[in-house]
Amino acid sequence: MELDVTFLSRLQFALTVMFHYIFPPLSIGLGALLVFMEGTYLRTGDKQYEQITRFFTKLFAVNFALGVATGIVMEFQFGTNWATYSRFVGDVFGSALAAEGIFAFFLESGFLAVLVFGWDRVSPRMHFFSTIMVSLGSIFSAIWIVVANSWQQTPAGFHIVGEGVNARAEITDFWAMVFNPSSIDRLVHVILGSFILGAFFVMSICAYYILKKRHLAIAKKAFTIALVFGAVVSVAELVSGHFQARTVSETQPAKLAAFEGHFKSSEGVADMWLFGIPDEGEERVKYGIRIPGGLSFLVHNDFGKPVTALDSFPKEDRPPVVIPFYMYHLMVGLGLFFIALTLVGLYFRFVAKTIFEKRWLLRIFVFAVLGAYAANQAGWVAAEVGRQPWVVYGLLRTSEGVSKAVVGEQVLASIIMFSFIYALLFLVWVFVMNSKIQHGPEEASEAGVSELGFIETAAEASVPGTHSMTLERDSEITEAARELRSDEEEE
Amino acid sequence: MDLNIIWFGLLGVLLAGYAILDGFDLGVGILHPFVRNDTQRRILMNSIGPLWDGNEVWLVTFGGALFATMPHAYATAFSGFYLPFMLLLCALIFRAVSMEFRSKVEKAWWRKMWDYSFFAASFTATLLFGVAVGNSIRGLPIGADKEFAGTLIDLLNPYSLLVGLLAVALFAMHGSIFLYLKTEGELQQRVKGWMWTTFGIFMTVYVLTTIVTLVTLPQVTRNFETMPVAWVAVILNVLAVANIPRAIHLGKPFYAFASSAATIAALVFLFGMALFPNLIVSTIDPAYSLTIYNSASSQKTLGIALTFAVVGMPVVLAYTAIVYWVFRGKVKLGKFSY
Repeated sequence: MELDVTFLSRLQFALTVMFHYIFPPLSIGLGALLVFMEGTYLRTGDKQYEQITRFFTKLFAVNFALGVATGIVMEFQFGTNWATYSRFVGDVFGSALAAEGIFAFFLESGFLAVLVFGWDRVSPRMHFFSTIMVSLGSIFSAIWIVVANSWQQTPAGFHIVGEGVNARAEITDFWAMVFNPSSIDRLVHVILGSFILGAFFVMSICAYYILKKRHLAIAKKAFTIALVFGAVVSVAELVSGHFQARTVSETQPAKLAAFEGHFKSSEGVADMWLFGIPDEGEERVKYGIRIPGGLSFLVHNDFGKPVTALDSFPKEDRPPVVIPFYMYHLMVGLGLFFIALTLVGLYFRFVAKTIFEKRWLLRIFVFAVLGAYAANQAGWVAAEVGRQPWVVYGLLRTSEGVSKAVVGEQVLASIIMFSFIYALLFLVWVFVMNSKIQHGPEEASEAGVSELGFIETAAEASVPGTHSMTLERDSEITEAARELRSDEEEE
Repeated sequence: MDLNIIWFGLLGVLLAGYAILDGFDLGVGILHPFVRNDTQRRILMNSIGPLWDGNEVWLVTFGGALFATMPHAYATAFSGFYLPFMLLLCALIFRAVSMEFRSKVEKAWWRKMWDYSFFAASFTATLLFGVAVGNSIRGLPIGADKEFAGTLIDLLNPYSLLVGLLAVALFAMHGSIFLYLKTEGELQQRVKGWMWTTFGIFMTVYVLTTIVTLVTLPQVTRNFETMPVAWVAVILNVLAVANIPRAIHLGKPFYAFASSAATIAALVFLFGMALFPNLIVSTIDPAYSLTIYNSASSQKTLGIALTFAVVGMPVVLAYTAIVYWVFRGKVKLGKFSY
């Protein structure tokens, strides 16, 4: 039996990209929260915020390293498994990837070094600057990769040159390519989704500490920051999702029909399924509950207008329904859950002021982070499977994009290799993250830290009004403080 | 000079940047098993701790730039080298996680396991880079459809393995000089011995590779007939190599490091001279070779990518310099260390 290279390559891509995507959204979300936390420390001078930042920086570093390591795989894989696709899109897609390297990766990885290893080497302001740069870098990275992916969904700003196997897309208008019809909507949605994950990640760990009565003061402060941030971004994500669904209805109507299980245009008005079991054979959704005309309202603000259904497309151009339907509904359901949970959290935190005694609620927060991971994955699976059978929507079929020089056995071998490595990495990652979380933040009671704080505070006080305190002077001061501290440790 | 030639040069710059920067941290990985105790192993890892990540970005950017500017070369090489590249990815992943995880747990077996994987991954990655370069110099069986038509065994030929070995020796030497700059005391004395040993091995393999290349692949020098000025690079290369032992002997390790960086840059340049204007030479028919013209993106895209490079690279160099400056000086183990 000949192995199907297309199927295996899709399987490998799904495996590697889903594993990779455990890490980047947390880098983006946690990176933004680190900026808030460290900013609060610099603004208030409250040492506990510094400890929070230091602690989450350690988790950030582990997460980031895995993101880099698994990310290189993604970049190589376009060439190894999707060579024909690469030839077709290189002119367009490659530019976005190159931009990501130059404008995002260097920024992130360079300043990450200062963020993680530079606490004692640079001034607090320089460190804060590095934190901002790392956060910006992770967002730039999201921008370019979402632009590249959005071009696959809604190609724009190009023309096709050559014919048959030599056909390829060439850029005619760079900015039209960047701001293709779906870029902005999708980018906002992806970044907000990452922010939600970052917020729930912080809340999960802090809720755990509060339940265990460890690091109470620190955990409560960090929890509050993350809760407020999480509530804002969860609500914003709903708005963003609404606009995105409208864009999809215009640009990729088959995909939206798959999301919503909207099989037949003869039904006229399109209903919205709250849940149900789509049956592709019978072309209908079974055992579901629907809002009559709901989809029509979502798309047209009118319960009576029809929406394009799957049967408007030839069979060979229709996406599969089952996976996009479930993943889309899972994502939306989780999104609504995040809004409800954070609003309840806000009520108990700021109105009733009893959240830290509500153990049942804290327990939900400990596990809610899994939902945030699932929602991020589900959204992408829905988006990518919903684009099928195209790899570049309407232009190149997925089956036409695979490498011609690669045989099924090779892909099978690499899938087995990646499965082993990633399973191992996942276990080690969980183990290391857990041991860091169990170890917890360094508390202020350690003599050295408070000493350093005293000298830094004194130094800041001695130069009132000089915000432009130079890097040199600051590092001299920290240098002195560090020597003092190491002297103490020796004693 | 057209955009295609400029991009050939820029890809060379990215490759040289990668080889010089990641070269020393791969070298440190290769030397890692040769120290005495856990503290010294940690010092080795921490000497590259804040830097390796940024260094690897040069490879990522090289890959992205190749994809953007020469998509056919990217597609042919990556799908043709399928299994070696999968192995390379595996090695790069293990390198990253070995460093990240090794010192997180204080158990001997745990650390030993990651030590082995760190060394094996560094060695394998370097060897594979060399093998890829060796195959590029020799040429590959490329058909009329621009696709690789060979097998894995074709890639593991003696010449390419020799170039792979050269890469290992070169990076080990480069890494040892870097370590000499970053260490002190007893460890530094040990590293000094490594510098001489690795230099000796490098010289031997270097001379051997040069002879074998000139004898069996005479076409590599054809560009020198039309561009005699390129001989300057050969002379600089020889001078840089000669300066390494001189600088070590005079106790000027920084000059030795600069010389070994220059050696790497010169070798990348010679690699480019051997290829130009081809990117991948076809051994089936020279007409099937992938050149900087028949595998390139449109002029518009080459122009856009050039704009990225002109805007982005100075900024990249600036903060790379800042990061190296922040982490200058000898390695000290602290509470943020690996």
